Amino acid sequence: MSGRWVQGPRWGLLLALLLALGELPRARGVEEEPGGAHGETQGFQVVTFKWHHVQDPYIIALWILVASLAKIGFHLSHKVTSVVPESALLIVLGLVLGGIVLAADHIASFSLTPTVFFFYLLPPIVLDAGYFMPNRLFFGNLGTILLYAVIGTVWNAATTGLSLYGVFLSGLMGDLNIGLLDFLLFGSLIAAVDPVAVLAVFEEVHVNEVLFIIVFGESLLNDAVTVVLYNVFESFVTLGGDKVTGVDCVKGVVSFFVVSLGGTLVGIVFAFLLSLVTRFTKHVRIIEPGFVFVLSYLSYLTSEMLSLSAILAITFCGICCQKYVKANISEQSATTVRYTMKMLASGAETIIFMFLGISAVDPLIWKWNTAFVLLTLLFISVYRAIGVILQTWILNRYRMVQLEIIDQVVMSYGGLRGAVAYALVVLLDENKVKEKNLFVSTTIIVIFFTVIFQGLTIKPLVQWLKVKRSEQRDPKLNEKLHGRAFDHILSAIEDISGQIGHNYLRDKWSNFDRKFLSKILMRRSAQKSRDRILNVFHELNLKDAISYVAEGERRGSLAFIRSPSTDNMVNVDFSTPRPSTVEASVSYLLRENVSAVRLDMQSLEQRRQSIRDAEDMITHHTLQQYLYKPRQEYKHLYSRHGLTADEDEKQDTEIFHRTMRKRLESFKSAKLGINPHKKAAKLLKRERAQKRRNSSIPNGKLPMVSSLQDFTIKEKDLELSDTEEAPNYDAEMSGGIEFLANIAQDTATDSPSGIDNPAFSPEESPGILSGVPPWLCPGEAVVPSQRARLQIPNSPGNFHRLAPFRLSGKSVDSFLLADGPEEQPHAAPPESTHM
Amino acid sequence: MGSVSSDQIEQLHRRFKQLSGDQPTIRKENFNNVPDLELNPIRSKIVRAFFDNRNLRKGSSGLADEINFEDFLTIMSYFRPIDTTMDEEQVQLCRKEKLRFLFHMYDSDSDGRITLEEYRNVVEELLSGNPHIEKESARSIADGAMMEAASVCVGQMEPDQVYEGITFDDFLKLSHHPWSSWARVAEEQESWALELVVWHWVWWPECPLGPWPG
Repeated sequence: MSGRWVQGPRWGLLLALLLALGELPRARGVEEEPGGAHGETQGFQVVTFKWHHVQDPYIIALWILVASLAKIGFHLSHKVTSVVPESALLIVLGLVLGGIVLAADHIASFSLTPTVFFFYLLPPIVLDAGYFMPNRLFFGNLGTILLYAVIGTVWNAATTGLSLYGVFLSGLMGDLNIGLLDFLLFGSLIAAVDPVAVLAVFEEVHVNEVLFIIVFGESLLNDAVTVVLYNVFESFVTLGGDKVTGVDCVKGVVSFFVVSLGGTLVGIVFAFLLSLVTRFTKHVRIIEPGFVFVLSYLSYLTSEMLSLSAILAITFCGICCQKYVKANISEQSATTVRYTMKMLASGAETIIFMFLGISAVDPLIWKWNTAFVLLTLLFISVYRAIGVILQTWILNRYRMVQLEIIDQVVMSYGGLRGAVAYALVVLLDENKVKEKNLFVSTTIIVIFFTVIFQGLTIKPLVQWLKVKRSEQRDPKLNEKLHGRAFDHILSAIEDISGQIGHNYLRDKWSNFDRKFLSKILMRRSAQKSRDRILNVFHELNLKDAISYVAEGERRGSLAFIRSPSTDNMVNVDFSTPRPSTVEASVSYLLRENVSAVRLDMQSLEQRRQSIRDAEDMITHHTLQQYLYKPRQEYKHLYSRHGLTADEDEKQDTEIFHRTMRKRLESFKSAKLGINPHKKAAKLLKRERAQKRRNSSIPNGKLPMVSSLQDFTIKEKDLELSDTEEAPNYDAEMSGGIEFLANIAQDTATDSPSGIDNPAFSPEESPGILSGVPPWLCPGEAVVPSQRARLQIPNSPGNFHRLAPFRLSGKSVDSFLLADGPEEQPHAAPPESTHM
Repeated sequence: MGSVSSDQIEQLHRRFKQLSGDQPTIRKENFNNVPDLELNPIRSKIVRAFFDNRNLRKGSSGLADEINFEDFLTIMSYFRPIDTTMDEEQVQLCRKEKLRFLFHMYDSDSDGRITLEEYRNVVEELLSGNPHIEKESARSIADGAMMEAASVCVGQMEPDQVYEGITFDDFLKLSHHPWSSWARVAEEQESWALELVVWHWVWWPECPLGPWPG
């Protein structure tokens, strides 16, 4: 079944590729023609075909396109991608493409070169990993990760190399021109778990975070070990086995520390620079994201230049700078960085896997030795498992939470090898390492085996073993607060009991960070808002508002925002009376404007559209006005080099305080019973509840009927309700009732009998709207639900009570009234508001 | 069901004597001798918890003037790690005890409820480490958290219903969801050396508040 599913896209891809490839020879041919015809000197050529001119970038771009299209193809079928990891699919695709290239050209013209891999494809992936590293998780498990990365890798390299050598001595492999050092060299390059492969496979498996961070962290940090082992053994091989002295071995050990610590240091230095630079980019927002990439790439290149561990450098650059950079750069830049990084990383990953497949199709590199290949596979799997079990046994004596058997199985099984090994093996010098091709082909087999076979089976394995999966939850304010309290308690307990543990260290670090680092590396404004609890709070608030609006949209209307009632406003931070004013000012006028007689459906549709847009705008406006915003926000003005900031923080905090004061007051009154008018308020509320139940919203001409005497009283009512109804914080139900009430009201608005909206005053267009089917009513919004219809009262009894409600809404706030006309011109051509 | 080894007790005893200045009891002032504690924003609350009769299992309210080594151990035993040998029930009990400790810390007037005032107080202290956060914001956050609590614990409230405060049951309820996540989070913990393991408070050690992406 699934085979057939993938057939479609695959054929499409092949077709595209064939076209692309067919282009090449033809292009060359075409290119030669002008050369041949060169003798006849021509005049000015209008069109010239210059393939060589663009050849290299063109081919690169084509490959990227093919890889990306392939990705689209895979994801056309959910069935395939849920079973087969993308990396495996890409390798297979690469094999197919490689076959086609080979068939067409008779030589393998494309392959993954170490230079391209190490300089262009690997850095984005590792940077992405570092920049989005869950620091706390990472550092919390650093000991475990380091042990696996260092001891584990050395163990794997040594045992695999030595065992292979042992088997070789027994003669099972036949006649090979290999010495012990060559075997160790091979062992060292095949030993390392590959970050790219691990990421690609584990991201789809969703094991719990601890397991993930251990395997992934290991794959990142073992780079230093791999680099050192590789270099050491390579130089030993160059020297020749008999010339290696004890001094060289010691040097090798020393160089491990230099390479790893040096790489880390380079990363940290560049992270510091990067944070510092982003602190001062206030006026060049537009190139802000560039710094992140350029400086971290420089850290990679620098440590490569100093022959330190480049992967470690860029990883730690990402890890260390993330906090400060994220605080410093603007929201938009942060988004840009995030997306660009993800795009580069996943693009690079795609290309790597595809080219791994393509590179394999090259008859020149293949040298088969069954015993060698199979034994390598056997040894790396077995020794990985043994290594994991041994190390876990040691670690579990020190870990609070034990790594269980299941975890160990997944860790052993998740030891995927990938492109790093391939690139390293291709780098080998054929003159020094005689059996390079055997190594290359074995490495390719190992990679394919681990990525395809293990990648395919790890998901069922994880499911079968019931490994704890990760779960995504939204932060809760209470949790965050408790978490913060726990942190402090723990570090205090460690202080008191005189222990030095994680919490102690973390506490000291965060103090140091707050006192010095943040002061140097963060903008002053960022220092303020960086507290995580504030952020969570902010997020929650935003979510509140969004869900509130979404709720309205789900019900088909944003009309509730204009609702005269205050009840359903309480759980959002909109200041209650204002939205109705907006309605009065914007929507009202708008409707009035367009309320000329409509004769055809189309124009009605248009009108509906424009009203919708207006409503959208009101929503935006309301959100903008009453939510305290994310740190940076810009007007949608076009400018090449800068985005003008229209943000002043004072206003921001003011809004924050205003809305929160509201919450606070309402809460105070509700909870502590401070409100002196409690009794009266209760009475009023009961009254109103009654009203709500009756949903006694009368037909629409009410606002005009309102009497002035009522006015003052009702304003008081409104105020009281502000403070009183707050405990209805999560009162979706009550909100629902309100909605119904509103809908009912709106229905009344549009029901043929009485058109509430002054925009369609009966004199102007008496019969038009009544003839319009409900789904085309202005603001489909107002199509009532069955229930709402039922609730439309036949005889409006108490409209006197309701009417002033609306008016009072208008009167409470003058500042938005002033806002209204300003908005209106925007509203008139709806397109212009949504730039 | 404490599982504190004799080694650890001895070590704690040395520490106790160090803190008390070789006296049989510790008073509040003695905690001033711990220099690292000074930076802790909620240090007063934590120190107070050491003298809280409820935590000492000596009464339902009030503060002790001084505590002896046994009391000190009692408090410390709240922070013992969860033993791998414990069965599920014991683990739950152990967690509950820890939650109770925290609850007592919040509920400063021992009336069995964390009122809004108390909650605000805690949050203000918690955030006092950051000089840029104004009191107002802290209060707002407490209010928000309280509303969240009300919505979780009471759900749909009647219009004139009043949420008095978080009771311990509510507190458990609030922490019920977290148990899944905090349990998970607890697994992130490791210790670098055996002797450091002793006093990790297993349940709450890691909460994603650090500088990592949300």
